[in-house]
Amino acid sequence: MIHDPIRAGLASGWKVTDASKLERDLALEADVAIIGTGAGGGVTAEILAAAGLDVVLIEEGPLKSSSDFRMVEAEAYPQLYQESAARKTLDKAITILQGRAVGGSTTVNWTSSFRTSEVTLGYWRERFGLGEFTASALAPWFERMERRLAIAPWTVPANENNELLRRGGAKLGIATAAIRRNVSGCANLGYCGMGCPTNAKQSMLVTTIPAALERGARLVCLARAERLRLSRGRAEGLECRALDARGVHPTGRRVTVRARHYVVAAGGIGSPALLLRSGAPDPYRVLGFRTFLHPTVISAAVMPGPVRGYAGAPQTVYSDHFLERGPIDGPVGFKLEAAPLHPVLFGMTLQGFGARHAGLMKSFRDSQVLLALLRDGFHPDSPGGNVGLRDDGSPVLAYPLTPYLWDGVRRALLAMAEIQFAAGAREVVPVHERAAPYGSWPAAKAGIAALPLEPLLTRVVSAHVMGGCGMADAPQRGVVDADGRHFHIENLSVHDGSVFPTSLGVNPQLSIYALVARNATALAGALARKPVTQGA
Amino acid sequence: MVSRRQFIKFGVAGGLLLAAAGVARAQKGYRAATGSDGLEVLTEGDGEVLAAVAPAILAGTGAAGASLAAIVGSIDRAVAGLPPHLQAEVRQLLALLASWPGRRLLAGVSAAWPQASPAEVAAFLERWRFSRWALFQQAYHALHELVLAAWYARPDNWPAIGYPGPPALG
Repeated sequence: MIHDPIRAGLASGWKVTDASKLERDLALEADVAIIGTGAGGGVTAEILAAAGLDVVLIEEGPLKSSSDFRMVEAEAYPQLYQESAARKTLDKAITILQGRAVGGSTTVNWTSSFRTSEVTLGYWRERFGLGEFTASALAPWFERMERRLAIAPWTVPANENNELLRRGGAKLGIATAAIRRNVSGCANLGYCGMGCPTNAKQSMLVTTIPAALERGARLVCLARAERLRLSRGRAEGLECRALDARGVHPTGRRVTVRARHYVVAAGGIGSPALLLRSGAPDPYRVLGFRTFLHPTVISAAVMPGPVRGYAGAPQTVYSDHFLERGPIDGPVGFKLEAAPLHPVLFGMTLQGFGARHAGLMKSFRDSQVLLALLRDGFHPDSPGGNVGLRDDGSPVLAYPLTPYLWDGVRRALLAMAEIQFAAGAREVVPVHERAAPYGSWPAAKAGIAALPLEPLLTRVVSAHVMGGCGMADAPQRGVVDADGRHFHIENLSVHDGSVFPTSLGVNPQLSIYALVARNATALAGALARKPVTQGA
Repeated sequence: MVSRRQFIKFGVAGGLLLAAAGVARAQKGYRAATGSDGLEVLTEGDGEVLAAVAPAILAGTGAAGASLAAIVGSIDRAVAGLPPHLQAEVRQLLALLASWPGRRLLAGVSAAWPQASPAEVAAFLERWRFSRWALFQQAYHALHELVLAAWYARPDNWPAIGYPGPPALG
């Protein structure tokens, strides 16, 4: 039996409330209310609690832990993902994978850990006035979080799914490198996306959040932050709705939190949505805009032998060859990575139906999958999307796939097919409704060149939502300042990936950890210096 | 920048679909809170549509008989776990297809769903898949995802694709 640190903590008396079970409304007071328990909320909670502040964490999803993580897609997606992993953009052209559970996306991500690149930071300094963001100024924060989360090179041999990227790249002179991972004692199972069953992944669920709870922080899960009450440039309270055990319908019970300070860490769609629902001042119409996704296209290949893409660490090899070929504000570049294969996600993602789809599925064991993540947000023709609200208050992202991005999509589909054939693929299947399996690189080259690249024909996905509450040196260009403080609401900060002014060009978790460690440390200092005033 | 226009375009199209589906629901005496036939959120009519669509989507998998019948229940449970706005969309789509005008005029399927041939259903799916109207493409993708997710979620269907299932933990 694997030790479950969450169940042990609960038994030891952690102050955790499952709001689905509330029989009456709950009113809490705290120094700081943190909305969201992912990469941003988790790091913030640990640092503020360590500074002696009284912290309440609000999480929309459930508290699930290793005992619940049975490596079964049909259980994991509804429990641990926003909208059962069926969240989509407004036009339904992009499927968005985001976590929704204690630990947020860190509970379900694939552990890929990269520092923010210097070229991205340079762009932020130049275009958004973020002069403090140099690689050397941020290095101590990266080092701190790398130590905290055991981020280190992965020395176990890559699984075949990743190894094929390395091998195909090497044949073509396309450099690849190893991905660092936030794991400790990883058993190399390959099910990171369904919650780590052995607690090896150093997600927020097993690191910062338990540390905060040990120090007396309170956690309320299955509670959706509905709105902040704002008055005269201050947040006066947070209103939440309790959700049923499935996290679908409100139960009618309400949770309210009054705090000296509020930290919004609900992610790249949730954070702007909460501020929109709250009627946050937005005189320059920047809130919810410039939301980026790393729009991602997919190429499946059938190899001559077993790949077993479901087994082994899911992402261990990457290539930045196509990011580094041109200037950051030139034609869009893309990062190449492999993707784990599991039957539900693979079956839903592959194009077509009937005998042709079934035929592709019969090669499941021998299939290899490459992803190309487009680096959006660095060009006038890549302005990103914008978050709006449905009538019921739920958020929806409109994200236009512009000709600038489609140009990158075609180059990416070509690059992936060439690498897969170089690695020995028998067939390559770009995931596109009009793409047939191609039996050779010349056939793929001609076929991909002729594909109509349009929404809903080309499969586009995203697991990285960034922006929407961008940081900048002035309120004309951003929602928060370089420390994550809201420009118009004095006791409100945003601590998550929504503050990035562009996409990153790397998987975002480590960039969020480091930036938030920096900003939470500053916030802890600011709050500790002030005398505690009685309630707002 | 983006575009209020995009919101409005989908708003209008979605509104038409909703209006049509609303009519369909009214005709069928739809009850919002409860399903039928042991279903939690879907209606009997919804189930008939899915029972006709699933064999076309799953042709080639060997799907038949009991495993096919179980699909409708699996989809119902999956839909019940979706957020309310998505549940509403799925139910509106299925109600539209279950209605006479939806089936005949939009899907172009002449026989009632239980009598529709897999070839006729496949032809309808193919038309929507490549429709020039985004709304029909979106609807195709919804059916594609619901049926295939339900099918490949079932351990019974893993051996045929060579998936051994999750490893045992020591």
